Amino acid sequence: MATKYDKTIASEIINQFGAKPEMLVQVLHAFVQRYSFISEEAIRQIANELNLSNAEVHGVVSFYHDFRTIAPGQHVVKICQAESCQAMGSRQLTAHAERTLGISLHGTTVDGQVTLEPVYCLGNCACSPAVMIDETVYGRVSPDKLDALIEDCGGSR
Amino acid sequence: MSQSVTVYVPRETAAVSMGAQGVAEKISALGDVRIVRNGSWGMSWLEPLIEIDVNGQRIGYGPVTADDVDSLFAAGFLQGGDHALKLGPVADVPYLKNQERWTFRRCGLIDPLSVDDYRANGGFNGLETALNKGPEFVLDQIKASGLRGRGGAGFPTGIKWQTVADAAGEQKYITCNADEGDSGTFSDRILMESDPFTLIEGIIIAGFAVGASKGYVYLRSEYPLARRVFAEALSIAKNCGWLGNRIQGSGFDFDIDLHLGAGSYVCGEETAMLESLEGKAGLIRYKPPLPAIEGLFGKPTVVNNVVTLGSVPDIIALGAEAYASFGVGRSKGTLAFQLAGNIKQGGLVEKAFGLTLRELITDFGGGTASGRKIRAVQIGGPLGAYFADEHLDTPLDYEAFAKVGGMIGHGGIVVFDDTVDMAEQARFAMEFCAIESCGKCTPCRIGSVRGVEVIDRILANEDREENLNLLSELCDTMVDGSLCAMGGMTPFPVRSAVKYFPEDFKR
Ligand SMILES: Cc1cc2nc3c(=O)[nH]c(=O)nc-3n(C[C@H](O)[C@H](O)[C@H](O)COP(=O)(O)O)c2cc1C
Ligand code: SF4
Ligand code: FES
Repeated sequence: MATKYDKTIASEIINQFGAKPEMLVQVLHAFVQRYSFISEEAIRQIANELNLSNAEVHGVVSFYHDFRTIAPGQHVVKICQAESCQAMGSRQLTAHAERTLGISLHGTTVDGQVTLEPVYCLGNCACSPAVMIDETVYGRVSPDKLDALIEDCGGSR
Repeated sequence: MSQSVTVYVPRETAAVSMGAQGVAEKISALGDVRIVRNGSWGMSWLEPLIEIDVNGQRIGYGPVTADDVDSLFAAGFLQGGDHALKLGPVADVPYLKNQERWTFRRCGLIDPLSVDDYRANGGFNGLETALNKGPEFVLDQIKASGLRGRGGAGFPTGIKWQTVADAAGEQKYITCNADEGDSGTFSDRILMESDPFTLIEGIIIAGFAVGASKGYVYLRSEYPLARRVFAEALSIAKNCGWLGNRIQGSGFDFDIDLHLGAGSYVCGEETAMLESLEGKAGLIRYKPPLPAIEGLFGKPTVVNNVVTLGSVPDIIALGAEAYASFGVGRSKGTLAFQLAGNIKQGGLVEKAFGLTLRELITDFGGGTASGRKIRAVQIGGPLGAYFADEHLDTPLDYEAFAKVGGMIGHGGIVVFDDTVDMAEQARFAMEFCAIESCGKCTPCRIGSVRGVEVIDRILANEDREENLNLLSELCDTMVDGSLCAMGGMTPFPVRSAVKYFPEDFKR
């Protein structure tokens, strides 16, 4: 859940990882966990406390799909786009989600409830198509099942 | 007083994704039972597969939903009563019975977080043997076993370890590649969720053999449950003296850290993984130097896949010969194949090398989930070739597969029925390369983007012949000029699609 940025707490997080530059990827994960995205302010503070340049931290943030730089919706719905799920209709499932939510992949609904993202394999390929909502993975997700899951987590339709 | 019955309900991603949590909650609300959250046997199509211990025999029911629980109680399932979902003794289910389990032999059987269960089933015997007999013995056994890397490239593990053992320097590292990015693969995940101590034991043995005191596990972030289970297993192992200083009173110290990936496919490549472990963007490194000589933080480093390392403890405990008695030719031992995509009975099948693809897909997999004809099968992940029906009788071993232009890779098998559009699949292969390219070299970074455009033109029927030639040349450039297999092998799925399914490129 998103929390307001706080320099002291941010510093504590960085120090949990020993304030070591080689822990940058792990530090960024911890920031996303707490603040749901990586803000400019966070980049500056991380760079400063890990003795890196802003550009270095920017480079790492932009390389990895997990490190968003804008706030996502209340819930993040990731639909697997990789081959096994394609073989079981993930393209149709994605199109359905885009239609019912009125957004495309990487978009967020106007009410800020749901962000839709692609993911390339959740390791649930024997139960394709697979979807992850926040930290929970679901298998054999039909369009109806997806609608119900999104409704359950309070997402708009 | 009779003791309460033990009910096993898996805590494993596939099972949980199909509702195992709700099943566990409902059973414990309705009955006086002891619930054990085991891992998975790998029969994912039967998940959630729950089991009852009836006089020492494990009787299975599945796939069970929370809605089935009332009727299971009514049928007396706690005593093994009959029910439409009853599978009988789990060990006798043909899918499982017909496997040769080595690395995955404890998966499903035990409580993944119980050291007692692990010990009672031969766990840590390999490490004890190693500590008694010394590093030379371990290196010799691994070489003699013929074990090859299960992450993709199939490199002999013993030679890799020997190189690191012989490298100069005090500080060396073991890194475990748990990035498991290939679509259609989940064997690393199943092992880490169902029997994590096996991986921990394998890593420690590797460290002991090469003279390393520190290990890192690089786990993909898309595996939140594996992360929780494995992190718990690490702290339990530390508390029990199987990890940390003076392991089991020996003079050997070893520690393991768990690091998360961040949604990058290319970080599964070993040098990109090392960069990521150093906190950087996952750019591929030039080779040489090999990681075995200059790896993590410039130190000699073993990089091995989860299944490679997970196969080690029993090789040491039971002997190299026992392992090498499985398999054919230069493909020794077992491989955990993973059946995925449009398949009726998807899951993990650990078999000795040498069976055919058709045996796997029909005998184990039961054909397509849709009931339609199989049209294409992709083997070895997104960089693996697509095959048509005529190839399904190829035996599954590294060399036989290389001969037909394929690679077994991490053992993932993705089945497509006759509704698949192979031009769309070829386009996706290029698109995926464009999304995941690390950007270090032009043939991959630019070539993949051009590839998508060229395929789009072919599909739009613009100068089709000319554009097909262009696609072929582009593939040549990528194969010849790319620094790593991301750009260098993306042409495999593309070319095989064009070659075996030409009709899909004409419309
Ligand atoms: C683009 C790319 C992605 C890869 N992804 C993985 C992976 O997810 N897991 C893995 O074990 N190996 C992966 N590999 C192979 C590794 O580079 C390396 O060969 C392997 O980890 C070595 O371990 P092994 O000898 O035990 O197989 C990948 C290679 C490439 C080129
Ligand atoms: S082939 Fe692609 S992923 Fe590999 S080094 Fe070149 S740009 Fe990076
Ligand atoms: S391909 Fe979708 S979960 Fe693996």
